[in-house]
Amino acid sequence: MAAEKMALAKAINESLRTALDTDPKVLIMGEDVGKLGGVFRVTDGLQKDFGEDRVIDTPLAESGIVGTAIGLALRGYRPVVEIQFDGFVFPAYDQIVTQLAKMHARALGKIKLPVVIRIPYGGGIGAVEHHSESPEALFAHVAGLKVVSPSNASDAYWMMQQAIQSDDPVIFFEPKRRYWDKSEVNTDAIPGPLHKAVVAREGSDLTLAAYGPMVKVCLEAAAAAQEEGRSIEVLDLRSMSPIDFDSVQTSVEKTRHLVVVHEAPVFLGTGAEIAARITERCFYHLEAPVLRVGGYHAPYPPARLEEEYLPGLDRVLDAVDRSLAY
Amino acid sequence: MTVESTAARKPRRSAGTTAAKGGASTAGSKTAASRTAAGKGTGAAGKKAPGTPGADPELVQLLTPEGERVADATYDPYVADITPEELRGLYRDMVLSRRFDAEATSLQRQGELGLWASMLGQEAAQIGSGRATRDDDYVFPTYREHGVAWCRGVDPTNLLGMFRGVNNGGWDPNGNNFHLYTIVIGSQTLHATGYAMGIAKDGADSAVIAYFGDGASSQGDVAESFTFSAVYNAPVVFFCQNNQWAISEPTEKQTRVPLYQRAQGYGFPGVRVDGNDVLACLAVTKWALERARRGEGPTLVEAYTYRMGAHTTSDDPTKYRADEERESWEAKDPILRLRAYLEASNHADEGFFAELEAESETLGKRVREVVRAMPDPDHLAIFENVYADGHALVDEERAQFAAYQASFVDEGEGK
Ligand SMILES: Cc1ncc(C[n+]2csc(CCOP(=O)(O)OP(=O)(O)O)c2C)c(N)n1
Repeated sequence: MAAEKMALAKAINESLRTALDTDPKVLIMGEDVGKLGGVFRVTDGLQKDFGEDRVIDTPLAESGIVGTAIGLALRGYRPVVEIQFDGFVFPAYDQIVTQLAKMHARALGKIKLPVVIRIPYGGGIGAVEHHSESPEALFAHVAGLKVVSPSNASDAYWMMQQAIQSDDPVIFFEPKRRYWDKSEVNTDAIPGPLHKAVVAREGSDLTLAAYGPMVKVCLEAAAAAQEEGRSIEVLDLRSMSPIDFDSVQTSVEKTRHLVVVHEAPVFLGTGAEIAARITERCFYHLEAPVLRVGGYHAPYPPARLEEEYLPGLDRVLDAVDRSLAY
Repeated sequence: MTVESTAARKPRRSAGTTAAKGGASTAGSKTAASRTAAGKGTGAAGKKAPGTPGADPELVQLLTPEGERVADATYDPYVADITPEELRGLYRDMVLSRRFDAEATSLQRQGELGLWASMLGQEAAQIGSGRATRDDDYVFPTYREHGVAWCRGVDPTNLLGMFRGVNNGGWDPNGNNFHLYTIVIGSQTLHATGYAMGIAKDGADSAVIAYFGDGASSQGDVAESFTFSAVYNAPVVFFCQNNQWAISEPTEKQTRVPLYQRAQGYGFPGVRVDGNDVLACLAVTKWALERARRGEGPTLVEAYTYRMGAHTTSDDPTKYRADEERESWEAKDPILRLRAYLEASNHADEGFFAELEAESETLGKRVREVVRAMPDPDHLAIFENVYADGHALVDEERAQFAAYQASFVDEGEGK
């Protein structure tokens, strides 16, 4: 296949296909993942090609899906489960937090839990309640889990490969409003480590750190700021657990200004952690406090209000101004 | 009439019936449920179906509380070739696991363990079912399966680390195909089901057994594991030890139908066995495991038994249950019952019992010594095995923590 332009959802589909093809222990499980190909069609055609034994339509029971995936992993399988929407992961939260995350440690490292939990997350698609949330901090807070989110098709392809190959449980947050965005995917490339942040755009005046759906917003903000004569660096964090603080530090030592952007509520969120750590690490480099742009401490609003809730170009640029004004 | 008295009766399952094999749940559903006939039943579960006389026809029993062997056409074949030596083995298992349990209880009282969940009274359910498993089967326990762990060859002192607070698990689950204890009620039934699905996929003929309590039967995870195992025809035996209580809540607070009948709604058989009868537990579990191996899917076994002690050492059962209840169950003690049978049938002599007593003393001594010698874990163990592949944040925090610890030690040494 080599290099090809494809949508993010298609890249995940190709990645799952590659995994099913190369490792007979890989299984796909979830609600509607078979014939329908998932509500976002991410698993489209996989059941047709790999059969109902490998691509499994499960009962409507999230705790059951994750709980049985744990059992399958204990038996040597590598289940990749789909939670249909972010807001529906909570029936499985117990299994994820009390079982999946801790079992390796409890077993003195003797067992491995190579389970990937795919969660389409985030807003911006005009959906109803429970279909637009960003609960990544709830998972990143739990030791034993890895939490990642790609922002483009190439990362989606490669990070899914790496997530499946990881012997640790990985919560794989898919930015659902970027499912249809196309970019180049080189399936022959050699990817960097799963947790490594990448510089999505180089700059020298300020660093915008983001992941998943917000990377695109930050790139647009950087382009807009360029017109005002500002050079903004955009860091795509890619991983929320672990967080690649070294890359953030390197960038901040250069730009001396940091704004973290995510859709999830700011309070006790990923941005808070980054602000705290970077303040610690870069205290004498920083020319302004680390600022955060994100969701409010309020339930995700109805679709008509989501543009107010979600960080857009203006809110990001506003934070850029505030930071540079110090 | 009470179930306490029905347990003494002969089972009514007539010779030649294939009800259990073909689907005991269907057979059972025609007859009355009578757990709640135990005197406190007020709801539907306490009512008997029309035409069902007083006895509890569903309760599979091979040994009466007096130790008399009774016939059961369906399940006798599963223990037909049992040797006197194997019978003595079952007795030994029950005595030693009870001794271990008692030792752990007193170690808790002496402050050596933070908590202990005693299995006193449930030895027959655990040893009978545990001995029915094959080495290649996989066991998913809850937190009270000390007797099953014993059968699987897990060193009993391994079970104590978690209760002493030196680890959160304490053994390699793959060492004896005995998974870690699970504290979150019912979670492990799904792990068991998934594992069983894996066995089916592998085309292997081993099976899985999942333990849980009557209280756990109310959890969504247990319902979901029934659903999944039925839909995927997973080779799993659900072994519910109905010990009558979930801490302070009686079974009536969990269900209005006898638990074994739940299976019917999911499309697999459910059987109620006298959980204080080690032979019956062995036979019924073997039957269920063999069904699973043959690809006939899951079975629910409800072992009808009694938790004679407190829920855990933190519990005070006098607050919620009457002494008479415990006394009535003491009359059905699983160990006395097998001893009576062994003696009556001349399968064991005084020498055997004396030797076992000595062995039991040795075990008790070893458990005491091992527990007292258990070291506290190294502080850096906090960061061990958090991830299989490593994690930058853990590495960083481990280094910070280690440096902090080191500075502390230096300061102390300087003084
Ligand atoms: C999900 C969950 N809720 C509550 C508890 C607290 N708890 C521990 S044991 C127990 C009672 C369980 O009763 P049962 O399932 O009948 O098992 P038994 O202890 O009688 O063997 C409860 C409520 C728990 N561990 N997990």
